[in-house]
Amino acid sequence: MATVTGKPNRYLEAYGELIAERRERDPVWLRQLREDAWTRFHAKGFPTTHDEDWRFTNLAAMEKIPFKRAVKGSVAVSANEIEAFRVPGAACQLVFVNGYFAPELSELGRLPKGLEICSLVGAIDCGMVGIAPEGCASDGIEQHLGRYADVRRDVFTALNSALWEDGAYVRIRRGANLSQPIHLLYVSAGAGAEIMTHPRTLIVAEPTCRAAVIEDYVSLGSEAAFSNAVTELVAGQDAVVSHYLVERENLAAFNVSTLRLEMARGANVSSHSILLGGGLVRNNVHPVLSGDGAECLINGLFVGAGSQHLDNYMLVEHAQPQCSSRQFYNGILDGSARGVFHGRIVVHKDAQKTDAKQTNRNLLLSDNARIDTKPQLEIYADDVKCTHGATIGQIEEEQLFYLRSRGIDEVSARNTLLYAFAAECLDRMQEPAAREFAEGLIRERISELARNRKAVAPAAPVEEEVQRWEEVR
Amino acid sequence: MALLEIQDLHASVDGHEILKGVNLTVNAGEVHSIMGPNGSGKSTLAAVLARRETYEVTGGRVLLDGKDLLEMKPEDAAREGVFLAFQYPVEIPGIGNAYFLRSALNAIRKHRGEDELDAMDFLPVYKEHMKLLEMDDKLMNRSVNEGFSGGEKKRNEILQMAVLQPKLAILDETDSGLDIDALRIVAQGVNAMRSPDRSFLVITHYQRLLDYIATDFVHVLVDGKIVRSGGPELALELEDKGYGSAEADAQAALSA
Repeated sequence: MATVTGKPNRYLEAYGELIAERRERDPVWLRQLREDAWTRFHAKGFPTTHDEDWRFTNLAAMEKIPFKRAVKGSVAVSANEIEAFRVPGAACQLVFVNGYFAPELSELGRLPKGLEICSLVGAIDCGMVGIAPEGCASDGIEQHLGRYADVRRDVFTALNSALWEDGAYVRIRRGANLSQPIHLLYVSAGAGAEIMTHPRTLIVAEPTCRAAVIEDYVSLGSEAAFSNAVTELVAGQDAVVSHYLVERENLAAFNVSTLRLEMARGANVSSHSILLGGGLVRNNVHPVLSGDGAECLINGLFVGAGSQHLDNYMLVEHAQPQCSSRQFYNGILDGSARGVFHGRIVVHKDAQKTDAKQTNRNLLLSDNARIDTKPQLEIYADDVKCTHGATIGQIEEEQLFYLRSRGIDEVSARNTLLYAFAAECLDRMQEPAAREFAEGLIRERISELARNRKAVAPAAPVEEEVQRWEEVR
Repeated sequence: MALLEIQDLHASVDGHEILKGVNLTVNAGEVHSIMGPNGSGKSTLAAVLARRETYEVTGGRVLLDGKDLLEMKPEDAAREGVFLAFQYPVEIPGIGNAYFLRSALNAIRKHRGEDELDAMDFLPVYKEHMKLLEMDDKLMNRSVNEGFSGGEKKRNEILQMAVLQPKLAILDETDSGLDIDALRIVAQGVNAMRSPDRSFLVITHYQRLLDYIATDFVHVLVDGKIVRSGGPELALELEDKGYGSAEADAQAALSA
């Protein structure tokens, strides 16, 4: 077994500090979770490109930077600075700065009925001393936290489980129907320092509730930061839940996020990932359809330019019969950006009548951009329908000419076509406020791409490289 | 004054010369038809006039209203009043029909120094034209040409032409794939737009479109050259005798 390579001591240091700080406060079960996770991380270390699941993503650059834990309250962030990141129409907003809950920046007034939301560590601390202030409910945490995200499967999950400082705890009560999205804002603000954070989010959606949560990563300043987030979302029977991941950090940021979805019978969960920023991003989405008739939508868009590296790792597990999953990921890559789409579908022995579909479409805007797309089907049941397909192409000259022949200039025409491709993901978003928010971000990012291209002379037409496959089993 | 003047136009695609010296003058208000067998260069001529970049002009001049058309990019040509109705209109998923056409109209209006139209001003105009072309209102918010039937696509081209009000409208085999009803509607749309300051270049393989659109001149394009020109009666003659005879006559005229 490998040991932690690079500079293991910083992580060990961080772990030692954290354990000391939390000694009096973490309940026994949580201490045990951290310890197991740490042991796992320490034994395995970060993956290399020899690891099949990390074949296309090299972490050497990340390991070189001496990221440190932030000291709580060491960087002052004003409400003004946060204002630009608010989501219009959100029910509430929880703000975390460098991993710590910032109540003074959060907006939690007038919570809708049936929603309980607070900082995870706050809830645990309240539970420990036995006084639960309003909105601070610790019950349910022990039952769910760390029960789904698997520290053995993934070292980043292990690292997060050992080192998490805080995050959001969201509980939506049985039958509650929340029409407005919940906004969780994670801000990296190094103020000169290279900060690491391990945000941990737990979302418990009780049976038959309806809700949407936006998990949003942003930077203040241009320092490199390392965010290693884990979110567990538990959807009870017939719950309808949408999760939005928005990555819009600066280009020096390293962001690894893992979304683990646990779905009960009849639950309907959507995961929307919108990756626009970050230097190196790894987006893990891991739904387990563990109740009959559960439905899962995995919808994503990644837009990269410059030397951005955006890696999407989907692992969809069908554990019970009659479930359906749909994956749609679109990628746009310019400059020397690199994208990865790894779509793994596992259909377990009992999961008869599974209906799983996966589509990954990519536009490469420059000769140096690159996409690696890899479907992986593992089917252990015999009565299932699984299809997957991927395309890689460029903006179609025909469409471009059609628009231009009507008087639309080339930059606008490109912009329009790119936006139309990017906006396909918007049609799959059901919550108007979240959708509008996403639409604004995507529009801005696409115009930015088009503006940047303006300076570059149009590339000579390149032989279109298209790869298509469709497979039915 | 001539609206369009084509002088000794040569053009090639992937190194193959397709147009081998086309000469044509179109005056304002005239309708000219270009007929010819498949592969004679009709669509290439249309594409070159609309400034498609995959077609390389290797010689000659084209003046639009006295301006050098060959210097223009596709969007510049469109803004100067060239409109190409595509033989195969392109599907553009994700872009609404009405939104697209309003953007196009505003780009052209801006170029002419006119105010841009907002959706409120634009929609009544758009709907009115749709009605004339017997198009379903529902197509308005659908993506450009996506899932349209062949006839709907062709009508959509004419709709765009009607809204954009070009000086020179080029119809590239607009009749192909149309049933007789759709052909009649499309032709009515074209006829309604005839005016003393607008010219048409009607490219067609068959004479039947000319039963509906009255043409002033007919030209026969064979192997990248106009081999015969005449009045509307030439179209009828071609219908009877086929392009072979026109070609043979031209050859005979050359060798005589």
